[in-house]
Amino acid sequence: MKKLVLGLAAAAALAVAGAAQAQGYPTKPITMIVPFAAGGPTDIIARIVADNMSKTLGQQIVIENVAGAGGTTGIARAVTAAPDGYTIAMGHLGTFSAAPATYPGLKYDPINGMQTIGMAGGTPILIVARKNLEAPDLKAFVAAVKANPDKFNEAHAGLGSVSWTTCTLLKGILGTPKINAVAYRGTGPALNDLVSGQVDFMCDQIVSVAEQVRANTIKAYAIASAQRSPALPDVPTTKEAGLPEYQIEAWNGIAGPKGMPKEAVDKLVDALGKALNDEGTKKRLLDLGTVLPTAEERTPAGFAALIKRDADKLTPALSAAPKQ
Amino acid sequence: MDMFSNLALGFGVALTLKNIALCFAGCLVGTLIGVLPGVGPIATISILLPITFGLDPTGALIMLAGIYYGAQYGGSTTAILVNIPGEATSVVTTLDGHQMAKQGRAGVALGTAAIGSFFAGCVATVFIAALGAPLTKMALLFGPAEYFSLMVMGLCFAVVLARGSILKAFCMIMLGLLFSTVGTDLETGQERLTFGIASLSDGIDFSVLAMGVFGFAEVLRNLESPEARDVVKNKIGRLLPGWDDIKQSAAPVLRGTFIGGILGILPGNGAVLGPFASYTVEKKIAKDPSRFGKGAIEGVAGPESANNAGAQTAFIPLLTLGIPPNAVMALMVGAMTIHGIIPGPQVMTRNPELFWGMVASMWIGNLMLLIINLPLVGMWVKLLQVPYRLMFPAILIFCCIGIYSVNNQPLDVAFTALFGLFGYLLIKLGFEPAPMLLGFVLGKLMEEKLRQALIISRGSFMTFVERPISAGLLVVAVVVLAIALLPSISKKRDEVFTE
Repeated sequence: MKKLVLGLAAAAALAVAGAAQAQGYPTKPITMIVPFAAGGPTDIIARIVADNMSKTLGQQIVIENVAGAGGTTGIARAVTAAPDGYTIAMGHLGTFSAAPATYPGLKYDPINGMQTIGMAGGTPILIVARKNLEAPDLKAFVAAVKANPDKFNEAHAGLGSVSWTTCTLLKGILGTPKINAVAYRGTGPALNDLVSGQVDFMCDQIVSVAEQVRANTIKAYAIASAQRSPALPDVPTTKEAGLPEYQIEAWNGIAGPKGMPKEAVDKLVDALGKALNDEGTKKRLLDLGTVLPTAEERTPAGFAALIKRDADKLTPALSAAPKQ
Repeated sequence: MDMFSNLALGFGVALTLKNIALCFAGCLVGTLIGVLPGVGPIATISILLPITFGLDPTGALIMLAGIYYGAQYGGSTTAILVNIPGEATSVVTTLDGHQMAKQGRAGVALGTAAIGSFFAGCVATVFIAALGAPLTKMALLFGPAEYFSLMVMGLCFAVVLARGSILKAFCMIMLGLLFSTVGTDLETGQERLTFGIASLSDGIDFSVLAMGVFGFAEVLRNLESPEARDVVKNKIGRLLPGWDDIKQSAAPVLRGTFIGGILGILPGNGAVLGPFASYTVEKKIAKDPSRFGKGAIEGVAGPESANNAGAQTAFIPLLTLGIPPNAVMALMVGAMTIHGIIPGPQVMTRNPELFWGMVASMWIGNLMLLIINLPLVGMWVKLLQVPYRLMFPAILIFCCIGIYSVNNQPLDVAFTALFGLFGYLLIKLGFEPAPMLLGFVLGKLMEEKLRQALIISRGSFMTFVERPISAGLLVVAVVVLAIALLPSISKKRDEVFTE
């Protein structure tokens, strides 16, 4: 009986403490885990957004880079942390939508096991090929690939990378999942071999390939977004070029552990929204070639829907992809 | 001309206040750690690597290059003052440099080393600037098969040029290759040799391995030797060489720069040969060879210039092809990768400020060494007298903080300690850890390129001999190995390395 009373008292004390803490959220610095090395695209976006969010929240958001296993190590750590609102993570298309179908032993459930905050930005995906590939446009390329799938080499930046994920989706749509996939450690070396004509095509984010497309060292068949990009206005959309099914974007967004206090979620959503409306922050993001999220995608529900939609889109192709 | 506009861009980047400060800090800290007896450039860079993580990539690499030159120069300082070479390349400097110090001419020896190095550095900078662009264009002819064969050739050179037994060097390279296979398979996502340890799923962390095997192990090794240090008690003397000294050392500096610069480009640690070759040449053509080993200034001027020229031209294969020719450059690859820059021909086109900024900062770094080191020699002598029991715990603590800050993983610190013990064991058994580090870094690249080549060739190994460049590189590799194993040559090789 005495134990029970003590236990109840302790529980009550904890509850009060918890409530008091949530009241003034945030009362201490917030950790934002970036599941990639410092200096990469996700890290840069996280730092730009967190910089402005810190001002709104009145507490510093500290970036912690926890790289590993295609970003899943860091996300796993963030979404299994105490749901007090002081640990959040900046993930992307790979870690939130593609990971369950890519990594069989994944230690978190992005659909049901985490609290989404909102999307921070997206980058369109391009289908690019070596300069001297015969096919002049996307239609001819698709026909050539479908006719002779074993004659082509696709380059990607490693299993689980954006280029692997989006190109696997493309191959799934074309019905040619077995095209030779050549893995590189990162986009740079892959692009290098595409420029020198060692491989035939790849899919990657506009920020990575725009410069080479403009310099005419590789050719771009299409951009997999609804509108053309101001950065490469001559490249048609997949819809215009005759492959409307291929719609995919590499996005970044914030999530935390499931069960975070409502106040913390609300304040984080508010801070994210203010950051994305801030002229300075907006400019820094746009300069990177980022497309700003819609009002809907900035909300927890909208972002969760995006994760689910892309997961549904990617899972069949990724599960069928030759892996283990 | 292109080269000059490129160099102008580079100096524009390198001469910003921030980057000059970083270069200065790098040179200073590099020398500070580098003068510690027995701590060579590899150990110095591994120890100091983490402090560059907070910087932007250009700044970080400028600082690292500064650390590298600082450590090189620090190594020469210890070689001259204490008769302990920091690494293989300053072995030769001990021969005549320390003798000069004993004769009260330590200042002149240090001054000659610094001026010779500066001259060599200037020449090498121009050399890199001139060769960089054409070599990068050539790199576009290289597909996965050629890269693989090039690395095979590099590793063959590394085996041949390593100190000590060929068999041991071969074992170390193989061990390095084996270590590089730990982690997630690039193509299939399968985990290999991780024993279910989550932090191994991305492979053994480069900085963990390097700091353990070099930093920690060197500290352990130094602890076991008694504190008897042959620090020169004589006066340092004036630093600037006199007119006679300059006349005597001008030609050796020129020859040393040439020899070191050419050897430095060779894959597989050709730079280590520079000082030896230069010393041998000077001794051969000297009117009175018997002066060598007794404080001949040519014996300092030539090898030191060769050392620095080679140290710098070793950047050429790294910056143009992305392939590190020796362990120090392997460290640079690690550092670049940590900063999100994948070394290779694309660096020059995608990050021209980084590429040319770094080339320009090499020259500035050399100048800085000249300016900061000559007045600071007295301080280095004092530092050499700090007891180990104070110095080494401090180094270890900084190492641990540094390692932890890379990934914020406590396990990394434990792994570093483990590799430290392992490195100590290697030293005790007479194995050189440097080839292992080279094998470790090249291993990841080699596996990647091998598999890419085989996927593109649809599984045919003939691709390596059917492509002419690749076949040529493999032939060179076989010839080099065969020559080194010939009995008469291997005897000569032993002589060169024991001298």
